[in-house]
Amino acid sequence: MAKILEKRLIREPDVFYYRLEAPLISRKAKPGQFVIIRLHENGERIPLSLADINPEEGTISLIVMAVGKTTTEMSMMKQGNEILDLCGPLGQPTHIHTVGKVVLVGGGFGVAPLYPIAHAFKDAGNDVVIIMGARSKDLLIYENEFNRVCDRVIITTDDGSRGIKGFVTEALQKELEKGGVDLVLSVGPAIMMQNVSQTTEPFDVKTIVSLNPIMVDGTGMCGGCRVLIGGETRFACVDGPEFDGHQVDWDNLMNRQKKYVNHEKLSFERWKQKHTNMLCE
Amino acid sequence: MKTEKNKKKPKIIPRKTPMPEQDPSQRKDNFEEVALGYSLEMALQEAERCLQCKDPKCVDGCPVNVPIPQFIKAIHDGDIQKAIELIQDKNLLPAVCGRVCPQEDQCEKNCLLGKKHEPVSIGRLERFAADWQGTACQLTTPELPSSTGKRVAIVGSGPAGLTCAYDLAKLGHEVTIYEALHEAGGVLFYGIPEFRLPKDIVTCEIALLRRMGVEIVTNAVIGKLISLDELMQDFDACFIATGAGVPTFPGIEGEHLNGIYSANEFLTRTNLMRAYNSPEFDTPVITGKRVAVIGGGNVALDSVRVALRLGAEKAMILYRRSETEMPAREEEIDHARQEGVRFEFLINPVRLIGSNGWVEKIECIRMELGECDESGRKSVCEIAGTQFQIPVDVVIMALGTEANQLLLKSSGDIALNKRGYIVIDEATGRTSRKWVYAGGDIVTGSATVISAMGAGRTAAKAIHNDLLEFMKE
Repeated sequence: MAKILEKRLIREPDVFYYRLEAPLISRKAKPGQFVIIRLHENGERIPLSLADINPEEGTISLIVMAVGKTTTEMSMMKQGNEILDLCGPLGQPTHIHTVGKVVLVGGGFGVAPLYPIAHAFKDAGNDVVIIMGARSKDLLIYENEFNRVCDRVIITTDDGSRGIKGFVTEALQKELEKGGVDLVLSVGPAIMMQNVSQTTEPFDVKTIVSLNPIMVDGTGMCGGCRVLIGGETRFACVDGPEFDGHQVDWDNLMNRQKKYVNHEKLSFERWKQKHTNMLCE
Repeated sequence: MKTEKNKKKPKIIPRKTPMPEQDPSQRKDNFEEVALGYSLEMALQEAERCLQCKDPKCVDGCPVNVPIPQFIKAIHDGDIQKAIELIQDKNLLPAVCGRVCPQEDQCEKNCLLGKKHEPVSIGRLERFAADWQGTACQLTTPELPSSTGKRVAIVGSGPAGLTCAYDLAKLGHEVTIYEALHEAGGVLFYGIPEFRLPKDIVTCEIALLRRMGVEIVTNAVIGKLISLDELMQDFDACFIATGAGVPTFPGIEGEHLNGIYSANEFLTRTNLMRAYNSPEFDTPVITGKRVAVIGGGNVALDSVRVALRLGAEKAMILYRRSETEMPAREEEIDHARQEGVRFEFLINPVRLIGSNGWVEKIECIRMELGECDESGRKSVCEIAGTQFQIPVDVVIMALGTEANQLLLKSSGDIALNKRGYIVIDEATGRTSRKWVYAGGDIVTGSATVISAMGAGRTAAKAIHNDLLEFMKE
């Protein structure tokens, strides 16, 4: 059981911030790792990246967009409620070291897990730049947080409502052309991480990506999260989630992510149906 | 033995008393238990067949040394309560073992009656005794001695961990079990399907441990949440029983296509996460009309029979050797056959072919058996030019597992063999690190529930002795 100590809407209408009581996990968790949660007895196990780790107060934070049944159910939980199962920290932490200039790339609400990573790279004495993109300015989150820990925050929006008009990859391209980039690390949707990796490849800059395949146990037992890295089968839950972006078979990852799309749609529809009925009664 | 009190025995019935079973045409569509269990009458008839040997060989065949003739005698005398007490003294999980133990290779293999006739059905009698009072939830909690003040951590709540915990608790030690998943039971929960081992039975047998004061901490991945070094600071000894580990894939073209599962994933989704009850339960599983399971062990059989129950019209086992070499239990093979599972022998997959990212065909090649190798197993090789394709919707790989390094990686001072399993002293379960013991599949690789229980018992005994020795010093 993990108590929700704080829950708030961080971006209209569906992105929520959760701070959970997790004394043991917070003591051990490192940037780049994730947890698995299960909300109730009939629930599924879903992996979620850590958006913040606070060992002093014994908490971890998650930022979750309500997109399907489980994340929507989670969004209806209240401060003081308890999540039935919380398991972690899982996966390998980000390899934090002193390299020089680190460029972090994230999109939309998915920038959250980059926050502890930015912090750690900064503490290790690096020059840390973040490029964060969104379709429009209202969809940006965590700008102030990144302003506090990064040397530079570059914002891009598709519609130009804030920062540079265009995609994160265009801003990244400019940074790479300026030179001096030692490491790129990207967290977000697979398609964005693929584009980031393709952008850095001609510059021969090491690029780390955090893969998000479907998982069940998170301990290497089921192999459901298998990914192809340089032609080799690896398990994202124990070998990853971070891998060399230039080695990832992206088509394979994106195909496997779609495996249960129909099941998920059906399950969500049924749940919404039931829920509306309940509300009407 | 008071055999003189018995009436003169009638002629021995040569065959085991048959086990009532759910009709195959019905059970292939549900997850209810296949074997229904003996009635009192059937159990008495079967108990009558036991020769009550003075030097019972059956007990030698049992990894946990259940007093077999004695408990059968108790059943014969109509004292079922005594029978279960006799079993329970040696075996925490009688309802589990009575169902899933390969008795034909253990106790029943040694049965004297089996030399001429069919052996006594020890397994069915064990199950009968265990189920007599309803479930293990009604079992009386054994009396415990006063606490020794010694604390033992057990990593993994499968059959090895549970048995070790039971024995140590009975000896007065304080035991805490750490389980990585959200449910205790290990393979009994995530691996063995409901129709072979109802989960309520596992839950009840675990509840007994809790009543005995054993603490079970779920969602605790040792090596991640707590390191082995930290455990050793808090506990006097530790028993590692983390189980079989990571699934093997054949390394052939197309194995990443959608619709292809490891048996571990397929079974975990259906058993632990109850995907067979989706969308009532949130975890989905891909079902298909044509399902091929690659492999010939019990896990392959479990997978194919689950697939059948999830609605497969054509559920197949593809095995590269012949039926004689299949490692699965004969009973399971028979059950599967009755339910309509097809068996294809001497074929091996070479490639998986798909479209739009989903598997559609499996390309196989015919195999032939050669000479026996040093291990006594027949070698097998491909017959060139015999490739053919089978249309499929779902493919399940039941090719065994490799050692999971999750915990071991973070505790570098424990000696492993070249396959990555923990090296132990077999008589004690001691590892190369003092006060750390290990047993079950993380030592042997994939084996049986009862052998893991035997390992748990061996380690418990050694831990107890070592702790006593230490307290004297």
